[in-house]
Amino acid sequence: MKLIVNGAPREVGAAPLDSLLSVLREELDVTSVKAGCEAGGCGTCTVLLDGNPVRSCLIPAARAEGAEITTVEGLGTPDDPSPVQRSFLHHYALQCGFCTPGLVVAATAYLDGGGSDDPEDIAAAVSGHVCRCTGYGKIVDAIAAAARGDEFDMESTALDANTVVKTGG
Amino acid sequence: MKIDVLIPESPEEAVAQFGDGEGLSVMAGGTIMMQLLNYRRARPERVLMLHKAGLGYVGRNNGSMTIGAAAALSDLVDAPAPLGPCAANIGDPAIRGQATIGGNLFASPTPEFPLGDLQGPLLALGAMVRSAGAGGERTQPMEEFLANRGGRLALEITFEKPAAGAFASLRRPHSKHYTPLAVSGARAASGELRLAATGAGGPGRRLPSAEAAAASGAGSGEAGRAALADAEPADDALASAWYRGKVLPVLVERVLSQLEESS
Repeated sequence: MKLIVNGAPREVGAAPLDSLLSVLREELDVTSVKAGCEAGGCGTCTVLLDGNPVRSCLIPAARAEGAEITTVEGLGTPDDPSPVQRSFLHHYALQCGFCTPGLVVAATAYLDGGGSDDPEDIAAAVSGHVCRCTGYGKIVDAIAAAARGDEFDMESTALDANTVVKTGG
Repeated sequence: MKIDVLIPESPEEAVAQFGDGEGLSVMAGGTIMMQLLNYRRARPERVLMLHKAGLGYVGRNNGSMTIGAAAALSDLVDAPAPLGPCAANIGDPAIRGQATIGGNLFASPTPEFPLGDLQGPLLALGAMVRSAGAGGERTQPMEEFLANRGGRLALEITFEKPAAGAFASLRRPHSKHYTPLAVSGARAASGELRLAATGAGGPGRRLPSAEAAAASGAGSGEAGRAALADAEPADDALASAWYRGKVLPVLVERVLSQLEESS
């Protein structure tokens, strides 16, 4: 079966009801997508399927066949982070990083859908994502800043994307 | 063991492949069954997937709504109350984009785990369900369907838009799989009032005692207390039976007040 992951066609040998999460992580080595609760409740495995956010743990491979799948690897790179990724870095909206890929994907979908910097709207958009360390305040601040199109001087941001990628796994 | 997967590409093909449903598991959005598969709690031999079956439509015409069984909750958030507010209260954008109205009809495997939030609003709206299975297609009121849904493939849900509708619930933690307790109410154009609850024991259930009290002119507080006669709340991880019993009359009262205000 053929999947299109971050723009690249990939041939996989998955069974039809294997979760997209397991196919991404175990077969295609796309490890930004985290296996959390695997029951749809934690949000960290969220990816875009044809532009819409979905829980990859709840999507059978057969349903993803032929669809465009986007993970954080498809949103930006350590040297050229996406606006949401830059904003998360600048606002220190991450700590251990386990929930971050799902939140960045969900925030990207929210902003692509014309989402505003209203904190209540942002909270509703990411309400299915559980963070156990940073706290939600900075995450909401970061998404609001990205919604406003705030520019950041990444040179002065103590964290840089390479550091996060190397230490955050 | 290899699982036999069927992916029909039209409603007719889905009905033909479903047959009498014997030995077949149906997956629409996947939010229920994929969890069971991930945790090895289900080992289906044959699975019918509905994502390409042409059952994802939502139609609005002449004061009624016609909804395909595989329509996603995200397409129902602007439906009339109580359905719209209930759908909007479920999960987050990703879950609402996957979960379906048909899946909600078959949810609630045990009384202790009352899945299927949409059953309440659909009971209150007097919705009809068209389904296929042994003996062919039939269209039934929601209560009748819920009481005997085994071996059926839900195809379509229809209801007349109510003159007024209302929804009140305990706050739903977004990472949980159901709302601990919710009450839906609708007043039909004919004036008939229907009340229903989820989380008050088993699948969604009507609240006939509360309906009768409200219809006889009792105050909303009295009607709320009457609802206790219709409930068999159970303990689960989200709320105790005691707590549900305390809150049910309050939610009924709120729904009746909302209906009063909007009519």
